[in-house]
Amino acid sequence: MKEINFQELEGKSAGFYALLAVSGFFLLLGLYAAYNLEHHGHIISGMNNQIVWGIPHVFAIFLILAASGVLNVASISSVFRKTFYNPLARLSVLLAITLLLGGLTVLVLDLGRPDRLIVAMTTYNFKSIFAWNIILYNGFLLISIIYLWFMMERRMKQYYPTAGLVAFVWRILLTTGTGSIFGFLVAREAYNAAIMAPLFIALSLALGLAVFLLVLLIDCWQTHCSLGEGILQRPKKLLAVFIVAVFYFVLAYHLTNLYITGRHGVEYFILANGGIYTVLFWGGYIFLGTIMPLLLLYHDRFTQSRTSIAAAALLTILGGFSLLYVIIVGGQAYPLDIFPGMEVTSSSFFDGVVNSYTPSVWEILLGIGGVSLFVLLTTLALKILPFLPRSLADSDIEPEFRN
Amino acid sequence: MSPTQNRRDFLKKTATVAGLTTIAPGILFYNVSQAKPDGEAVTSKVRWGMLIDTTKCATGCTDCVDACTKEHGLNDNVSAEVAPQWIRKVGLRDKQTGKETSLPMLCQHCEEPPCVDVCPTGASFKRADGIVLVDKHTCIGCRYCMMACPYKARSFIHETLENQKPHSPRGKGTVESCTFCVHKVDKGEQPACVEACSNADHNAIIFGDIKDPESEISKKLAEVSSTALRADMKLNPGVRYQGI
Repeated sequence: MKEINFQELEGKSAGFYALLAVSGFFLLLGLYAAYNLEHHGHIISGMNNQIVWGIPHVFAIFLILAASGVLNVASISSVFRKTFYNPLARLSVLLAITLLLGGLTVLVLDLGRPDRLIVAMTTYNFKSIFAWNIILYNGFLLISIIYLWFMMERRMKQYYPTAGLVAFVWRILLTTGTGSIFGFLVAREAYNAAIMAPLFIALSLALGLAVFLLVLLIDCWQTHCSLGEGILQRPKKLLAVFIVAVFYFVLAYHLTNLYITGRHGVEYFILANGGIYTVLFWGGYIFLGTIMPLLLLYHDRFTQSRTSIAAAALLTILGGFSLLYVIIVGGQAYPLDIFPGMEVTSSSFFDGVVNSYTPSVWEILLGIGGVSLFVLLTTLALKILPFLPRSLADSDIEPEFRN
Repeated sequence: MSPTQNRRDFLKKTATVAGLTTIAPGILFYNVSQAKPDGEAVTSKVRWGMLIDTTKCATGCTDCVDACTKEHGLNDNVSAEVAPQWIRKVGLRDKQTGKETSLPMLCQHCEEPPCVDVCPTGASFKRADGIVLVDKHTCIGCRYCMMACPYKARSFIHETLENQKPHSPRGKGTVESCTFCVHKVDKGEQPACVEACSNADHNAIIFGDIKDPESEISKKLAEVSSTALRADMKLNPGVRYQGI
């Protein structure tokens, strides 16, 4: 295989500065929102004592899932030894780090007491999956940085596959942990399911690859780098496989719940009678996030177009976001069954009724702030260090895939 | 006696007197504090529990809720969805028989509390005597305990608070719930809701040590049939209901 040359972004184009300015602006807005949430309290958010986790958590978990999923591109190259993916490995690890930083920032700034981050970092209850996640997230950042270093430093090349394997195992653990935040919630009917862990792993692979493809397409469109059709084909097919995998786990989850009589209520709520959650499930996740991208990726009429690939990636992200909203907010909107066999006739604390939630502008700004941090950090990193291959033209990558 | 010896004697005596006057109050106060029952460590020989007789609980009566609000200063001026509720009244109808019930719902002070299991920092904790509390100094406000509680017993403080009760500290950005009026129980008193129910002559709530076979609550529990809410979860709550 040919030697791959990497380079920094030139960073002189109007597009580059526009990206910095826009992401910087939204990051500042996000920080301002976080300041207000801290100063006034969560009273200015749409969250309340009935819906305790809202849109910031959807953003945060979305970014964290995408972070662990995007690392998959590097894993394919170093763990599964598909050298075809080698030129893309650096970018993959960089995106993993910046996406995670974006997600964690949202998660931390949404805390009631973000100033007590040091308490969360030093006082652990090891029975809590949340405490495990704090260790998993920090470990992921550290391992990814070492992985990247071994990848970029010639003297460390011999340890690079080992670092890749550690990173791969760690990311599987991390997403298992993220899924188990919900899987281990025994009291709520929409959660309390072991399948949450593999569902989140599949979702992370789909979201991560979708983000990766988008970044690659935007970068090559902006820098006019030669991106071969060949190099786009494999990740494109893989994205379709991941979308189907997510659908499989979602299907298994709902079929299980439909079989258990005690869970018919929550299933009816999500699938048929849940208002926004039903719309997001069928319209957002199933139609826009699953059927449409599969059509764009597989149908002969669209499959050769780059616009189709970009659209498919965008729709996958939209679908994943919708699914997370349905899982996180929809799962809380459905009332807890505190008194089985009883109907609640009155309550001053909204027992037995569907809880409503309308996100406030502050929470949405906080979430967008996390995405902006990801964009800003990525853009700056691409300017500072050589993450991008000089050419991604088919002939420059590998002769193997051309046949 | 030489003047040197005199001086030495004087210094010795002064030092002794000064030393005693410094240490003595400490020793005295130490004895006083040891003598007070609330200075003793909490023990697992006791488990505080509550038996609520729903047949005595009057529909429309909110005396227990009002007493709790007053005792802990919970009169936050916010919307109902955001307002904290450590205890609430719930009206129920049996889906099969149509029997109507009214009962107070509060933290069930589980033996195996899910809120304690999920808390990342250990701020949610259970005292040796079974009372489940939140350490307001280590709570980071993640609300995972609220997601985990099967009884919706916890509230998050969404706004800045003023005029708090010194015996019941609360803080913006942290989670809170019924404390079984731990500040009163430690002094040998009854929780505010129990007192209010008794003052209203309903006597629907009995509070006491369920590990002491001679306590009123233990005798009653041995005599009548009672229900643990969501018994299927095997959390062994400290609050039991009679008549549902």
